[in-house]
Amino acid sequence: MDKNALEALDKEDIAVSVQHVDMHFNMSKEKLENLKEYFIKLMKHQLMFEDFVALRDVTFDIKRGDVFGIVGFNGAGKSTLLKVICGVLKPTKGTVLTRGTIAPMIELGAGFDMDLTARENIYLNGSVLGYSKKFMDEKFNEIVEFSEMQDFLDTPMKNYSSGMVARIAFAIATVTTPDILIVDEILSVGDFKFQQKCEKRINEMMEGDTTVIMVSHSMEQIERLCKHCLWLDHGSVKMIGDTKEVCDAYRRA
Amino acid sequence: MSEDLKEKEKEQKLPQLTTHQAGQLTTFRKYLPLLTNLAGRDFKLKYRRSVLGVAWSILNPLLMMLVLTQVFGLLLKIKVENFPVYYIVGSSLWTFFSEATQLSMTSVINSAQLIKKVYIPKYIFPLEKCLFALENFLFSLIAVVLVMLFQRFVPSITTLLFFIPVLYVLIFSVGIGLALSAMTVYFRDVMHLYGIVLTIWMYITPILYPVEVVKDNAFVYAVVSHNPMTYYVTYFRDLLMYNTIPGLRYNLICVGWALLALVIGGLIFHKAQNKFILHL
Repeated sequence: MDKNALEALDKEDIAVSVQHVDMHFNMSKEKLENLKEYFIKLMKHQLMFEDFVALRDVTFDIKRGDVFGIVGFNGAGKSTLLKVICGVLKPTKGTVLTRGTIAPMIELGAGFDMDLTARENIYLNGSVLGYSKKFMDEKFNEIVEFSEMQDFLDTPMKNYSSGMVARIAFAIATVTTPDILIVDEILSVGDFKFQQKCEKRINEMMEGDTTVIMVSHSMEQIERLCKHCLWLDHGSVKMIGDTKEVCDAYRRA
Repeated sequence: MSEDLKEKEKEQKLPQLTTHQAGQLTTFRKYLPLLTNLAGRDFKLKYRRSVLGVAWSILNPLLMMLVLTQVFGLLLKIKVENFPVYYIVGSSLWTFFSEATQLSMTSVINSAQLIKKVYIPKYIFPLEKCLFALENFLFSLIAVVLVMLFQRFVPSITTLLFFIPVLYVLIFSVGIGLALSAMTVYFRDVMHLYGIVLTIWMYITPILYPVEVVKDNAFVYAVVSHNPMTYYVTYFRDLLMYNTIPGLRYNLICVGWALLALVIGGLIFHKAQNKFILHL
């Protein structure tokens, strides 16, 4: 483990530590997907790459049990940052340290196979999130109860409506109390009753030891839920601190 | 990490701060259920809504054998003792290899939805396809046994060692599958090219003919006899049909090819995997 990691270990109350993270995308101007095009462009010296910097020297720590909001305009790099934190993207430079299990709720329903029934999908999705079979056996009823989908368990999920899919997905994602929960604008699914149920579940987690990182364009939601906030602007940290200060500054921008 | 720091961590019962690259083996254990679940899904979906279901895994090689042994027996006048057995033993192992590598090839691009959203060790996908192909292969062995019974062929005791060449082919396929799946992400042409490569590869593997047939042509003979699949298929037949166990040197060549494929495939995959997400 490198020196940075050791330093971070010293502070036990840190749940996520993002250190000098750069994320570059080597975007070729067109998407080249076949060899012929590639070689023709290579021969003609037309193989242009545009270096797009999505995150620039982003450094911050999140304390354990904190509810941390990330705000910023569209394209500021919020989703990229979340993907870097949960490990989907590997940063070009810098390190990300996390403590414990991460439940990514970046998009509900990733990892469903629509040809399978809900029952089969619950097990499949559980294993996508890294849960054991035994664990899923124990939690199966809880998941079904929360989603209220008892009557459709053996229907292939391609026959489900999107709201029904979301119910199952949310129930699986929140069946454990993860150490870090990542919430990316997902509270807008399902009917109002289910939304309330979801928010209640998230609140329960927030009261526990779970660290919550959330991205939302609803300033009302951020101000209501978050303790600290980060304002991301064109890939760099513009401001970090108490929710109220950051939100006020962000509103004025 | 110093000892007292470790102690501190334990006292607090806190999970450690880690980077995502840390602990390759522990992540493998964590995602083992995913591997079996995905293979199970493939198996279920393959036979869902088919009346005969799993029986197709046995029927398919049988029917293919009937067609091909008739055609090649008539046209080419190949004289091999017990040709139906000879053919189905060789072709079952070949089908395993070709299915495993072909499915692996598209496994990563077909899992784009998942890879873009959740962190999963990506080698899971080609590995899973190879295991799924292994599952199918084991079913097709029933067809092999049926043909042997029908031909009143008495298998020898060495048959019990059949898992050795199967294991070699599995490792070899995983290696090739890893390389192919990574390359397909960058260039979709690989999919079309590999179809042709596989056809050529099948014809330079003695499945429908004995190696002796090509002895006259030095070049073709060299190609055929240095083909790793020739080694595996011959090994398999030696055990199942000819009551012999290949020697140490032969085994070392088999292991050598398998490990070479695995190492090269692994390196290509490892180098490419962090950029997958940008090309999916």
